[in-house]
Amino acid sequence: MALEHADVQRAAHLARLGLTDDEAARYVNDLGRILEMVDLLQALDTEGVAPLAHPLDVTQRLRADEVTESDQRNRFQRCAPAVEDGLYLVPRVVE
Amino acid sequence: MHDKTLAELTRSLETREFSSRELTQHLLGRIDRLDGKLNSFITVTYDQALAAADAADATRAAGKAGPLTGLPLALKDIFCTRDVKTTAGSRMLDNFVSPYDASVVEKLAAAGTVSLGKNNMDEFAMGSSNENSHYGPVKNPWDLAAVPGGSSGGSAAAVAAGLVPAAIGTDTGGSIRQPAAFCGITGLKPTYGRVSRYGMIAYASSLDQAGPMARSSEDCALLLNAMAGHDLRDSTCVQRGVPDYTEELGTALAGLKIGLPSEYFGDGLDPQVETAVRDAIKVFESLGASVREVSLPHTHYAIPAYYVIAPAEASSNLSRFDGVRFGYRCDNPADLIDLYKRSRAEGFGDEVKRRILIGTHTLSEGFFDAYYKKAQQVRRLIRQDFLDAFEEVDVLMGPASPTPAFDLGANKDPVSMYLQDIYTIAVNLAGIPGMSVPAGFVGSRPVGLQILGSHFTEARLLNVAHQFQQATDWHRQHPAFAEENA
Repeated sequence: MALEHADVQRAAHLARLGLTDDEAARYVNDLGRILEMVDLLQALDTEGVAPLAHPLDVTQRLRADEVTESDQRNRFQRCAPAVEDGLYLVPRVVE
Repeated sequence: MHDKTLAELTRSLETREFSSRELTQHLLGRIDRLDGKLNSFITVTYDQALAAADAADATRAAGKAGPLTGLPLALKDIFCTRDVKTTAGSRMLDNFVSPYDASVVEKLAAAGTVSLGKNNMDEFAMGSSNENSHYGPVKNPWDLAAVPGGSSGGSAAAVAAGLVPAAIGTDTGGSIRQPAAFCGITGLKPTYGRVSRYGMIAYASSLDQAGPMARSSEDCALLLNAMAGHDLRDSTCVQRGVPDYTEELGTALAGLKIGLPSEYFGDGLDPQVETAVRDAIKVFESLGASVREVSLPHTHYAIPAYYVIAPAEASSNLSRFDGVRFGYRCDNPADLIDLYKRSRAEGFGDEVKRRILIGTHTLSEGFFDAYYKKAQQVRRLIRQDFLDAFEEVDVLMGPASPTPAFDLGANKDPVSMYLQDIYTIAVNLAGIPGMSVPAGFVGSRPVGLQILGSHFTEARLLNVAHQFQQATDWHRQHPAFAEENA
């Protein structure tokens, strides 16, 4: 499946990754070649094969719905770029 | 003392030949003198190391020492370490001081080990040469013109150079085994889920696994004893008892059935690597093992399947780096979207962006079935190849990498770099354990023998490798770099 410049820009937007047009042009080439390599998979008949998500086929363990963590907000916010009164600061979203 | 194994160092600590503090000071001094040339550490934790060494010496004086008390090691900088910078080799996390310890870090500290610091690595564990680090490439101590392998390249180089006797790495597609091979050390990727991933910065969550890198198989067994086991904080970590991995060391190999996958000895394998690997296999025959050829027919689909699954999982895992809660934030964002886009554009390196874009593309509407679902179906076929082979043989052996360490800068093309992992990557898709063990040289550059077993057979693999190391001395070779500068 061929990859176009618009596909790369679309993926970059979905991934919230800023790309200049020059960078996008370079990635069209790189990603196109990776997808070409990946397209080998299409040659294999996988009709009726169940997808494998976890190599041990185990299911997720459940735990009791109980509070197990204490509040450590201040400590966890120490590594944040900008906080105020326990809130993360970002540029204004609502005018 | 810098070339001893963990087991030997423990004997020296027991006989008071030297203390953990003396050992730690000696190694910190070597790091200061030598690591400028290797770049194997991102952060050296001098004060914490000496404090941990003193605590270990006190534990020993009180008669309460365990098998790892006072032994120095280093951690790949992908493991979160409380109050210590944890970067994953990325500009994105250059300012990140973790508020908590990874489970593995906690367990190793509880066992009395002394962490000397954090090893350089390919950014977010994406790479096979350690050239993708924000902190610059690592050099191979066997030949400073060569890469150490990746992504746990700093860990492998530090052990090989005698800066630290052991290190903890992670392996998503070969990132313990290939650098272990390139640097002439012993590395183990355990079964998926054997070791907790809590606090290990996620790359591809259904493939990532932590493991030991050291100077002998015995040392890997000692470390795995401390690392393995269930963890409530990682829901994929298996609930299964942990054996004493040193207990089987010493079991004779008579009757062991070894399979050689024909696909691992085909086109692209360096003939001198093949010779070294086949010579190693003869050693096993002399120890009473039998050898037969087997087939893993879906081998050639492993790299394509991996480069769908791993980037897809990475694109999801790395969405957490948004410039809001931790990590890099761009200057003067115009609005929230600009903050996200520029923080991520400026914080991530080239290979990381490539994989985020591939993963986002293949998971996006209209492509999911053709890529991700297809790759997961192929993943089942790849795992079945291994399960079928292990019906016939006890272990599989082959090269860990098709070539010895290549030159820095030699592999500029991403796809040709990906193809380096041809012998290691299927193992992660299948979730089985694998080791790389030193098995000779091509010129000055080491060759790694890969040993694979079925799920949860780490004890057997460790013994198979240990028996080989009782009969050979490849693992006792040290690069001139470590000696000339001693």
